[in-house]
Amino acid sequence: MPKDTGIGASTRRREDVRFLKGKGEYTDDISTRDLAHAAFARSTVAHGLIKSIDTAAAEAMPGVLAVFTGQDFADVGGNPAGWLINSRDGTPMKEPKRPVLAHRKVRHVGDAYAAVIAETKQQAMDAVEAIEIDIEELPAIVDVKAALSGDNFVHDEIETNQCFDWGWIEDNRQATDEAIKNAHHVTTLELVNNRLVPNAMEPRSSIGAYKESGDEYTLHTTSQNPHLTRLLISAFVMGIPENKLTVIAPDVGGGFGSKIYHYGEEALVLAAAKRTGRTVKWTADRSESFLTDAHGRDHVTKIELATDADGKFLAFRTETYANVGAYLSNFATATPTFLHGTLMAGNYTVPNVYVNVKAVFTNTAPVDAYRGAGRPEATYSLERVIDKCARELGMDPIELRRKNFVKPDMYPFTSAAGLEYDSGNYDALMDKMLEVCDRDGFEARRKVSEAKGMLRGFGVNAYIEACGIAPSNLVGQLGSRVGLYDAATVRVNATGNLAVMVGAHSHGQGHETVFPQVVGEMLGIDPSTIEIVHGDTSKIPFGMGTYGSRSLAVCGSAVVRATDKIIAKAKKIAAHMLEASDSDIELKDGNFTVSGTDKSVSFGEVALKAYIPHEFPLEDIEPGLEETAFYDPANFTYPSGAYCCEVEVDPETGKVRVDRFAAVDDFGNVMNPMIVTGQVHGGLGQGIGQALLEGCRYDEDGQLLSATYMDYTMPRADDLPFFTVDHSQGTACTHNPLGVKGCGEAGAIGSPPTIVNAVIDALQSGGKNVTHIDMPLTPHVVWSAMNNA
Amino acid sequence: MYAFDIERPTTIADAVAALKSDEAQPLSGGQTLIPTLKSRLAAPSKLVSLSSISEMVGLSDEGGVLRIGGATKHDTVAKEAGGSHPGLAGLAGKIGDPAVRHRGTIGGSIANNDPAACYPAAALAHGATIVTDRREIAADDFFTGMFDTALEEGEIVTAVKFPRPEASNYQKFEQPASRFAMVGVFVAKFADGVRVAVTGASEDGVFRWTEGEEALSANFSPDALDGLSVSAEGMITDLHGSADYRAHLVKVMTKRAVAAAR
Ligand SMILES: Cc1cc2nc3c(=O)[nH]c(=O)nc-3n(C[C@H](O)[C@H](O)[C@H](O)COP(=O)(O)OP(=O)(O)OC[C@H]3O[C@@H](n4cnc5c(N)ncnc54)[C@H](O)[C@@H]3O)c2cc1C
Repeated sequence: MPKDTGIGASTRRREDVRFLKGKGEYTDDISTRDLAHAAFARSTVAHGLIKSIDTAAAEAMPGVLAVFTGQDFADVGGNPAGWLINSRDGTPMKEPKRPVLAHRKVRHVGDAYAAVIAETKQQAMDAVEAIEIDIEELPAIVDVKAALSGDNFVHDEIETNQCFDWGWIEDNRQATDEAIKNAHHVTTLELVNNRLVPNAMEPRSSIGAYKESGDEYTLHTTSQNPHLTRLLISAFVMGIPENKLTVIAPDVGGGFGSKIYHYGEEALVLAAAKRTGRTVKWTADRSESFLTDAHGRDHVTKIELATDADGKFLAFRTETYANVGAYLSNFATATPTFLHGTLMAGNYTVPNVYVNVKAVFTNTAPVDAYRGAGRPEATYSLERVIDKCARELGMDPIELRRKNFVKPDMYPFTSAAGLEYDSGNYDALMDKMLEVCDRDGFEARRKVSEAKGMLRGFGVNAYIEACGIAPSNLVGQLGSRVGLYDAATVRVNATGNLAVMVGAHSHGQGHETVFPQVVGEMLGIDPSTIEIVHGDTSKIPFGMGTYGSRSLAVCGSAVVRATDKIIAKAKKIAAHMLEASDSDIELKDGNFTVSGTDKSVSFGEVALKAYIPHEFPLEDIEPGLEETAFYDPANFTYPSGAYCCEVEVDPETGKVRVDRFAAVDDFGNVMNPMIVTGQVHGGLGQGIGQALLEGCRYDEDGQLLSATYMDYTMPRADDLPFFTVDHSQGTACTHNPLGVKGCGEAGAIGSPPTIVNAVIDALQSGGKNVTHIDMPLTPHVVWSAMNNA
Repeated sequence: MYAFDIERPTTIADAVAALKSDEAQPLSGGQTLIPTLKSRLAAPSKLVSLSSISEMVGLSDEGGVLRIGGATKHDTVAKEAGGSHPGLAGLAGKIGDPAVRHRGTIGGSIANNDPAACYPAAALAHGATIVTDRREIAADDFFTGMFDTALEEGEIVTAVKFPRPEASNYQKFEQPASRFAMVGVFVAKFADGVRVAVTGASEDGVFRWTEGEEALSANFSPDALDGLSVSAEGMITDLHGSADYRAHLVKVMTKRAVAAAR
C-alpha cells in the first residue's frame, strides 16, 4: 500500500499552489518606492581592445543617475574559480581575473563593459545606446583546437589559451597505453558533446539595496546558493563583510546550474545602490540570457575502448578538449575534471582508465556546470563507444555491457577511475528495463514502421553518476576551495509546529514538500505543521546550496541529524515530565512513552514545556527546542540506471521521432515517488533536447548564431514521448542516514547516448553504414549522414 | 522598445489617413512587429492598429471566390475556410501555436512576406488577388523578394481573394527552432492547371516551382515528379539546413502535398 504521508508518500507539491496560481514571488516581482534600474552596455564583437569609452552623453540623458565602466572596478577583486586544477606537469591552472565589468579588453559577445543606472529601465537602455566606445577588433578565438596553436590570446598573459592539461589518473597512464597497444580489439570514436544554453524559464535578475545607517547591503538575486554568492562577494569580489551583506534568493524559476555562479551584475547592483543611494534592479532580457548565462558541455573528445576476444573491457582512454569560454566561471574547472574524469570507468570492471582533459579559453560565453555537469559528457563518451564496439564485435549491446558490469557482490567497488561505489545492481536495472520497455515487441513494431517507409531503431544505455557533492576532506585534497557540507536548523515552536531552515535552495525541486515528509516521519507528526525556510542568508544556517543532485543526500542528511538532536533533547524533557529515565522513553506516532507503560506525553506538550519551562530541570537542560546540524558526506552517492528508447527515422527527410522511452533508475531510497518521477521527466526532456534539438553555435567571428528561440531549439512537449519511468530497483546508499542518492540530473545524463544509439541502429537497419553522428541529430544532420554513407 | 503613439481607427479611410504621418506603421496582430519593437529593431513614432476595423475582419463568399479580410486571424481561417479551401484552412491551423493564431492576421503575414512564412505560399499557389486600400494586385506580382512586396508606403492589405481549387494541400517541413517553414509547399489544382508555391527555401522568398507545375498539370500524382529534381541554386543555407537539403525537401514535400490534396 502506498503511504499517504511521510517518507515514501507521493505527497503533492505544496509550493505548486502558489506557482500554478501565479503567486510565486520572484526577484523581478520585487519593487520598492526608491527603485532605479540598471542596463548594461555589452560588446557586439567577440574580441577587442577597448581604446576609449565616452560616457558623457549618456550621463547627461534624462533620468540617468550613474554610469559605471570597468575603470570603476579596476581595484576590486575578481570572481574566482572554485577549484584549483593542476596540470600533468604539476603546474597550477591559469586563472585570469574575471572583472565585474570588462576593462581594457572585451572577450566575448555580450561581455559587459559599462552600466547605466536610471530612473526607468527605458531611460537606462536609451543611455546605454549613447555610450560611445572605440574598440579595436581582434581576431576571434572560437575553435578549441585552433586556439591552442594560434598566436592570438583571449588573455594576453596566457600565451597558449590553455587553462590546464589534466591527466586522470596520471599513474594509470602507462598501464592504459600498454593495455590498448596489446588489446585484441580497439574501438575508437571521435565525438563532440554539443554546447548548450541553459534557458531557465526565469532570466537572471538582481536587486541591490544599501542602508547607510548600518553600512548594510541586501542583494535579492536568482541564485541556487545564496551563501556561496555572499561568500564570493564578501571574500573575493567586493570585500563587503559577510555580516553586512544579506543575500536573498526568493522563488527562483529554474537554474540547471546556470544560477550557481556569481555574476558581475550582482556586484554591479550592489555598488550602484551604494553610489546612488537607491535600490537598483536589473533583469536580463532573453537575449542577455543567451549571451551571458554560463553555457554547458562543449567537449571535443576522442575515446578508445580496448577489449579482449570475448568482449571483456581492458581499457578506456580519452582525450578531451573542454571549452571554458572567455573567463573561468566558478565551477568551470571542476566540471570537465573531477565531475567527468572520475566517472570514466562507468558501470564497468574495466581495469585501466586514463583521461586527459585540456581546458581552453575562447572568445565565447563562459562554460560551466549544466544539469549533469561532466557526468553527461562521461556517460555519452562511454556509452557511445561501447555501442560502436558491440557493432564491431558483432555482439549484442546489452550482453556486452552485462559482461563487464560491476556485480552486486563486489561492493564497495573501487573503480579504475578512483571512485568507491558503495552500492548498486546494474543487472537488475537492465532486467527491469527489458521488462518495462517490451523489448519482445520491438521486431513487430519495426515491421510496422518499415511498412510506413520509416526506419525504427532500438537504443540502450547504462549509466552511473556521482551526486551528493561532496566529502570536504576528499575534494579539498583534489583542489576544491570550498567545503561541500550542508546545514539545517530545526526550530520547534512553543505550540508544536516547526520551522526548518535549510542551506539547500529549492528552485523547482520540491524541498518545501519533501523535507517536511522526512521530519514529519521522524517525529511522528503531520508534515503540514512543518515549514521549510530557505534562500535567505539572514535566516538560514550556512549551507552550500542546491546543485549536483545534492539537496536530499547532503542537506536532507543535515535535516535528519538536526531532527535526531531534537528527538534526543525532547526525550530528556519528556523523561522529566514523566518522571522516568530518558533511556526508557520511546517516540512513536508523535508521543513520548515510558516503554512498557501507558504513561506518555505528546510532542506538542513537550514543545510547550521547552518554552514555558516551569518545573524544568534548568540545571540539566536548556530551555527551548532548536537544533542545528552540519552534515559533511562520507562519500559521493552513485545513482545508476538502464535506459532504452525506440526512434523512428524518416529516411526522406532525416527527421527523428522518439516513439518510446524507458528509464529505470537506482536512486536508493525514494522519499516522494511522484517528485522523483517528475525530476526524471525533466531530465529526460533536457537530455533528449541535447540529443535531437539543442545546438549552441558560434560563427568564426564569435557571433552567437543560435541567440534566440528562432534558432535555438528548446524541447517542446510534442518532441517527447510518454515516458516509462521506474525506480523500483533502488539499492540504498550505505553512508547517509536516508539511504538516498539523488535524482535531479539522471535523466539528462542517461538519455543522450540512448537516443543516438537508437538512431544509429535505425540507420543501420536501413542499410546505411553510419557509425556515429554528432548531436544534435536534427533532420538536416541525419539526412546528411545518411547521404554521405 | 522605444516609446511610440498608437491610434485605433475604425475605418480603412481613417487608417490610411493616420498612416500619412511620418514614421507611422500599421499594427495588426503584432506577432512579428511587437517582438521587433521589443528588441529595439524598429522605432516607429506611431502605430496604427488595424484590429478595430470591422470591414477588414472575416470571411465571405464572392461568387465562388473566398474573400478574407486583411485583419482576419489565423484561427478564424483555420476554422472557417475548410469547406471550400481545405489546404488553406490546414495551413492556417499550423501557423505557430494557439496564442499566435489568435492574434496573427493574414494581412500582416502577407505584407511582411517573411521568406519562411506560410500564407505567401497559399496566396501564390491559389493565384490569389491582394486587395489594398487603393488597388488589387495579383499574387504573382505582389511578392517581390524576401520581406519585400509591391505595397507602397502607407498602403494597407484590406483583403485577400482566393479562387476555389479543385484540390489543394500544404505541407510544411518545420524549421526545428522557430517552427516556421524550412520548406513549405502549397499545391493547388485548378481546371486550367496545377500551381505549386514554395516558401522557406529560397533567398528570394516564395516562388513557384514551374517544372513541378507542368508535370502535375499533365498528371496529378506524386509519381509525376519522379524524374524531376530541384536546383539548390539560390536556396537558403543556414544553421538548420543546407541549400541542397532544402532543394531536396521541395520535391519531397510537393509529393506529399499532392498525395494529401483534397
Ligand atoms: C511564435 C510564433 C510562431 C509563428 N509561426 C509562424 C508560422 O509557423 N508560419 C507563419 O507563416 N507565421 C508564423 N508566425 C508569424 C505570424 O503568422 C504573424 O502573425 C505574421 O507573420 C504577421 O502577422 P501579424 O498580424 O501579427 O502582423 P504584425 O506583426 O502586426 O505586422 C507585421 C508587419 O506587417 C505590417 N502590416 C500588418 N498588417 C498589415 C496590413 N494589413 N497591410 C499592410 N501592412 C501590414 C506591419 O506594419 C508590420 O510591418 C509566428 C509568429 C510567432 C510569434
